[in-house]
Amino acid sequence: MASNTQDAAHGAAESAPGMPQLDFSTFGNQIFWLAIALVAIYLILSRVALPRIAAVLAERQGTITNDLAAAEDLKAKAVEAEDAYNKALADARAEAQRIAAETRAEIQVGLDEAIAKADEQIAAKAAESEKAIGEIKAGALESVKVVAADTAEALVTALGGKADAKAVAAAVADRMKG
Amino acid sequence: MGKLFFYVALALVVVSGVLFAPEHAALAIHPMDQFNVASLTGGAVSTFAITNVTLWLALAVVCVFLLMVVGSSRRAIVPSRAQSIAELTYGFIYKMVEDVAGKDGVKFFPYIMTLFMFILMANFLGLIPMSFTTTSHIAVTAILAGLVFFTVTIVGFVKNGVGFLGLFWVSSAPLALRPILAIIELISYFVRPVSHSIRLAGNVMAGHAVLKVFAGFAGALGLFSFLPIFAITAVYALEVLVAFIQAYVFTILTCVYLKDALHPSH
Repeated sequence: MASNTQDAAHGAAESAPGMPQLDFSTFGNQIFWLAIALVAIYLILSRVALPRIAAVLAERQGTITNDLAAAEDLKAKAVEAEDAYNKALADARAEAQRIAAETRAEIQVGLDEAIAKADEQIAAKAAESEKAIGEIKAGALESVKVVAADTAEALVTALGGKADAKAVAAAVADRMKG
Repeated sequence: MGKLFFYVALALVVVSGVLFAPEHAALAIHPMDQFNVASLTGGAVSTFAITNVTLWLALAVVCVFLLMVVGSSRRAIVPSRAQSIAELTYGFIYKMVEDVAGKDGVKFFPYIMTLFMFILMANFLGLIPMSFTTTSHIAVTAILAGLVFFTVTIVGFVKNGVGFLGLFWVSSAPLALRPILAIIELISYFVRPVSHSIRLAGNVMAGHAVLKVFAGFAGALGLFSFLPIFAITAVYALEVLVAFIQAYVFTILTCVYLKDALHPSH
């Protein structure tokens, strides 16, 4: 009891027995400074920190949402572009086939014409040749007649006869008809 | 295995304390000295004196400022580490308030955030060796818990009028039991600020006292001081956890009480 009062007299700075937590003489001081600290923290948080962090978080959320939307957009555009590409490819292929078919048809027409023309020419040439051959044949027959008559006359003369040109010619013609 | 090691260590501490203690070295352990409030300018601890309480409260305010204001000052879309921690803390408490107290509890978010940030910073600053732990004092925690108690009670009556008393009238219980339950509920309601404040101060104080006791052993044991130093390391790790958990518990209980005030039905 006596030591307690002595310690209390020495003040709280010296190691008093018991808990400093229960030394009510310091309560006023602690509560005063605590009130100031709490008000300071409240003002710091509510005036500056919390609105700022809320804004940053909202902004980030907005940015993420925008970026996702933009990505979605770009994706749609990519799909569109791919479709357009595929369509263009298919169109080009069809066009190429059409052009090829057209060209083939054109070439066929030209070819047919050329063949017909060539056939015509060949036919003309063949007719000409036939005519020439006919002429040559006729010429040759005539020559054979002459040669045969000449030969017959020469033979008749050589055998001592007197060759009658008309009779010889008739005989040759008769033979040729054979 | 861990338990066995612990008991062997404890036995060694005791034995070595008996065998190797210097003849006249009384085990001079004053685990409560660290909680003394002293004026920094000398003189008595009057209400407006600048004391170690002032210093460490001011440091807590500075730490809150550094983390929440300086940390977030760049307002970066891709946050720095400090901004990340500030945002995580914000999100953590905001979600807690929203989940526990409900949507209409969100307007109390700045107050709850103030409580959480203050207790968290004070607890962590108290873990610095030679520091003063403001939250180990019942004067501080009683004010915090009292603020919550009165705020919640006033909000409860303002929001619900007399309907707030429905909190004590358990309408789901049989009629005969309700008066008894009402008395129990009433007592538990008024015990709330007591448990709310003593839980925080008690946990913080006990941990720091244990650290100091082990530190005293370390000074007295000479060669075997490594054992209490191991113990200090382990207890310190636990205290880091407790520093956060007590801040969390205080905050979530505040949210629960707030929920009772906003929605007093059971």
